[in-house]
Formats: sequence, structure tokens, C-alpha cells
Amino acid sequence: MSKIKTFGFDTLSLHAGQRPDPATGARATPIYQTASYVFKSPDHAASLFNAERAGHVYSRITNPTTAVLEERISALEGGVGAIATASGQAACHLAIATLLGAGDHIVSSRSLYGGTHNLLEYTLPRFGISTTFVDPRDTDAFAAAITPKTRLLFGETLGNPGLEVLNIPAISEVAHAHDLPLMIDSTFTTPYLCQPFALGADIIFHSATKFLSGHGVIIGGLVVDSGGFDWAASGKFPTLTEPYAGFHNMNFVEEFGPAAFITRARKEGIRDFGACMSPTTAFQVLQGMETLPLRMQRHITNTRAIVEFLATHEAVEWVSYPERPDHPDHELAKKLLPKGCGAVFSFGIKGGREAGQRFISRVELLSHLANVGDAKSLVIHPASTTHHRMDAKALAAAGISEGLIRLSVGLEDPDDLVEDLGQALRASQKS
Amino acid sequence: MELETRSGNLFGYSGARAHQSGQDTVVFVHGTGMDHTVWVLPSRYFARHGYNVLALDLPAHGRSQGSPATTIDAMADAVIEAMATANISSAALVGHSMGSLVALSAAARYPDRARSLALIGSTAPMGVHPDMLRYAADNDHGVIDMLTYWGYSKAAQLGGNENPGLWMAGNTLRLLERAPDNLIHIDLAACKDYDTGLSHAQAVACPTLFILGERDIMTPVRSAQKLISAVAKTQVCVLEGSGHSLMMERPDALLDALISIV
Repeated sequence: MSKIKTFGFDTLSLHAGQRPDPATGARATPIYQTASYVFKSPDHAASLFNAERAGHVYSRITNPTTAVLEERISALEGGVGAIATASGQAACHLAIATLLGAGDHIVSSRSLYGGTHNLLEYTLPRFGISTTFVDPRDTDAFAAAITPKTRLLFGETLGNPGLEVLNIPAISEVAHAHDLPLMIDSTFTTPYLCQPFALGADIIFHSATKFLSGHGVIIGGLVVDSGGFDWAASGKFPTLTEPYAGFHNMNFVEEFGPAAFITRARKEGIRDFGACMSPTTAFQVLQGMETLPLRMQRHITNTRAIVEFLATHEAVEWVSYPERPDHPDHELAKKLLPKGCGAVFSFGIKGGREAGQRFISRVELLSHLANVGDAKSLVIHPASTTHHRMDAKALAAAGISEGLIRLSVGLEDPDDLVEDLGQALRASQKS
Repeated sequence: MELETRSGNLFGYSGARAHQSGQDTVVFVHGTGMDHTVWVLPSRYFARHGYNVLALDLPAHGRSQGSPATTIDAMADAVIEAMATANISSAALVGHSMGSLVALSAAARYPDRARSLALIGSTAPMGVHPDMLRYAADNDHGVIDMLTYWGYSKAAQLGGNENPGLWMAGNTLRLLERAPDNLIHIDLAACKDYDTGLSHAQAVACPTLFILGERDIMTPVRSAQKLISAVAKTQVCVLEGSGHSLMMERPDALLDALISIV
């Protein structure tokens, strides 16, 4: 807590990173839909390429609209800088590829978004980066899995699909005791519900497709640097502490200090891998972020109403939400997520896979699709969609029961959601 | 570059280029609790444009070792010693905030070492808010908050960085958080106790440029007038809209101003 008055979260959600456009006076963030920027002179061009002057060269690297979004998320997370990417997956990859190379190792929570799990389990090993997956509730397991090759610890604020609340303070302590950074996927919580840097994390990434934008019309990601990890003292990150031949022998720690990681990610990663965000997408994410605090409050109140309804419904076997006293992480959630535990949760329907399919086919207001974090309520039955090839035993191993339904609660009138869920639940019990 | 001096092993950033004999030199001196990284952009510019650059980490700051210098004059002595170690006979001395007082002291007391002088966000005497000193004495984060947020104009506290994708306040917070315990208090006390600024200004013989922020509340433009009047060969450049952290808020305009004096 700052000892002096600073701008609050709601104000930063609206204003951070943007001033009225100096060229036109536009109050809204203009969409600078341009690939490149005219140099004032050959020397001006050289000074931009050599990191002597501030400015833009090419929109894959930086763009004025995208830069507003990057500053805004940095401000809301309490970091030093950010990079907007083409998707959340691209953000995850950019962060890993900036720090790790062939032979390096990650210790990760095993409760992950499927796309992230695929990247770590199947794709990165082709490039020589291996991952050990551990129980997110077992801090000791993170420590035990660390090897001399480990370069990163990773987890999600709320695991998928069990909503395990990651003990970020404890796991960051383990990471820092081994001179390693902790990276967090904070998509489900957004900085409104959880600020992982304040809890000890070093890098955050988001799928901006979800709650940050909230409208479900874009695909985007963000990687944010806390600026707090001491890369030089760690001695394990030559990409940041040794001259980089790919950018005039730039030494990122020596030259950019707290912003070393995010600067390398831009000078190398977004330049070479190229998974940048378009300016129009950045504008659309910004429109959503302006109302992030208001939307998240409504997501939480609606979710609490739905959880309460389901918990006492006769067709429901169980509800998994960390605010419920029977959730294994209830106490930790009260400590780390006092404003709420997000708007994505699961429940089990009586009658297994068939009942789940009947339920899904009867919802009318909720949308059956593979996404979360929309302003509209969404629902999916993993056993008949994303995990349909798995039998009951394989599903159980993945922490998914045949009757598991995942909800992403939106901003509709809660009574309307309850009514729709109620009629679909009743229908699900009729064979 | 590493410089072995009596003040300890000091670090100086050279703008990513090795020094060449026969080139003019620019020496940068940072402010309270900071280090050379605040000078990266102008350092790289001048290094590519035929200057030797020494952006020094004062003793116990950044990558420099040794005990902290406890007075502005002692800091100036460390700068002069580092220049001698690096075989720099004279230089354009550029300082920000506390660093501007250090550059002023060096230019006054070692006139043959100063080719020109640029004082950024400067005033003398340099008052220090008592709460700031109190928090600093307790190593309380409050002093870092004050230095950070009071160091930016209100507009810049909302961002709008010319350097894309970086959050200015966040960078300053993290940089100051890296300062060892007591260092910020030592620096602030040195600023407060430096009472020879006006007499030093009268002794400065080289061309001098003041670069001030129009919205600076830590060293307001009006507070610098006595100091400006005391210097013989002086110019003043006020950067519109900027607070005290001119290198971050107006990096290009600052560089253009520096080009005119360096």
C-alpha cells in the first residue's frame, strides 16, 4: 500500500497508458492501423534502430495503440512493462522462449489449460525444453522437481479444471530460494481479483481473449514483467546477462536493469517469432479493460448466485468453487482471492455422460462453446466435447468426471441464468 | 567498464561502445538511489555519434562497490577519480537531480575537468521533504513511493511513455527498490546538506544548460532561478509538461537539448 495518494485501479483501468491524442485531440485511443512509420532522417532512423531514441519502427515490434494496452496492463499488474501478443498461447511461448533454450527445464502445475499443457508436454520437448508436472497444491513437489537445468516455475492462479488456488507466496519462495523466477497464468482472475506480482510472482501472462476484453470478439495475449527478479544474481539466464549478438551485442541486464526481460522479449522474441497483436485488436481489448472492475464485480455476484442455486439442486452431485467451505483451497482462497474466485467453475450432474449431453442440448440462454470469460454465459461438457475420446477411467485421471459441466458465468440477469440452468437440469434427468 | 578507484570498484556504462582516443567525452551522473540505466538512450546516442560515454554508478549504487559517499562534494570527487581512472581529462558533465549537484560541484571545484555542464531537474539549495527523510531513515517503502510518484507529472503518472510498452512509474519503483538499505537516506541527506550550491555556481566557468520540467514539483522551475542567475554562461530549457523524471517523460526532447550543449 502506497504511503501517498496514487491513482486507483478503476482510474488506471480507464486511463493508464493513454493521453488525448497529440495529433488530433482524440479522447479515445486511436487505432494506428499502420505497418510502419516515416523516419525524419537517416540519423533518426539509425537512432531508432540502435535504441537511442523512443519511437516506432515497425508494428510487429511496437505500435502506438498496442503500446497503450501494454502500459495499461503493466499499470494494473504493478509491473515494469508488457508485450501484447497474438494470443495467450503466444504470450506463454514468448515468455518461455525468452528465458529458456534447449536443455532447460520447467516445473509446472499439472492443472493447466489444455493448450498450455500441450505446449509443455508435447511441443517444447521437440525444441529441447522439458517439463515436470506436479500437484499445484503440493509446494514441496515444486521444490523436489527442481533440477540444475530448471529455469522456470509455472502455474495458473486458478487451476483447470479443479480451480486449485495456487499458493503463489509459497511457490515463489521456493522459486526464489533456487534463484528461479515464477511465471503465472492469471487469465481466470485478471488483476482485479489477483495481483500475482504483489504475492511474489515474476512474470504474468494473460489470454486477453477472456475477461480482460470480456466481449469475446478478439484473440490476444499479454506478457507482463514485474521487473523484480534479479537475473544477474541468479546467474542462470545468459540471454539476459550476456551480450546478444542478434542485437548489436546488447546486454539487457546491464542496459535496461529492471526491464531486462521484457526488453529482450521485444528486441528478440516479438521481432523473430512475430506473434504480435494487431492495433485493432489492441483497441478492442482496451475497450473491454475500461470496464474491467465493473464487469468483474458483476461476474462474481452472478457466479455466487449460480453456485448457491446449483449447490442445493437435486440434479447436482457436487459444485467445485473455492468460496465454498468444502473446497480444499477454501482457506487459501479467502487469503489470496478476497474479492472473489472468478467466474469459471465446474459442477457434477447426476447421471454421468448421458445426462451431461442432455443438459447441454437443452440450455437456451447459455452458449455451448469452447471459451470462457465472455460477457455472455458459456457452458461446456468436456466428456462430450474437448475430452470426448476419453473413457471414464482416462477422464478420472485428468480430474474430469463424466458428468462434469464447466460454466463461465456472464453478466446476464442472474434470475434468467438460474431459470435456464434449472430447466436444463430438469431435462437432463429424464432419460 | 569496471574502474578501480580509491572509492572502490566503480562501474561505468559506455553506451555499448569502447572508448576511442581523441574523442570528446560525456559523463552522466544519476540521481538519488538510481544508477546508469536511466541514461541508456542518450548514452547509446552519443556513443554512436563519436563521443566516449561514461554513465557512472556512484559508489554503492547499481553495479558499483565501495562505501556510499555521504556528501555531494565526496560524490563529485568520486566522479573526478573515475574520470581519471578512465583516462578522461575533461568532459561534458550531465547530472540529474542529486547528480546535477554532483556535476555542479565537480565543475566548480575541478574547472579544467568540465568542458560543459548540463543540470537536469536541478535547484540549490535542494530541499528534501521531512517525511521523505523520515521514511528513508527507516528504510520504509514510503520514500520510494514519494520519489517515484512525486518524480512524475500527474499526466505521466497515468503513463503515455514515449518508449513503447514500458510503465514509467513501475520502472522507477523497481529501480529504487534495488538500492541497498540506508543508501537513499544517505543520498537525500547529502542533497539536503549541500549548502554551497550557489557559491559553486558562481565558480563555474564552462557553458551551462539547465533542463527543467515545467510540471516538476520536486525541483520546480521557480526554485532554480537563483541557481540559474549565479552561473555566468547559462542557458535554460524548460520541457513542457514534464515532471522531475525528464529522462523518462521526455527522452527525445531531453536528448535534443543535450545535443546542444554536449
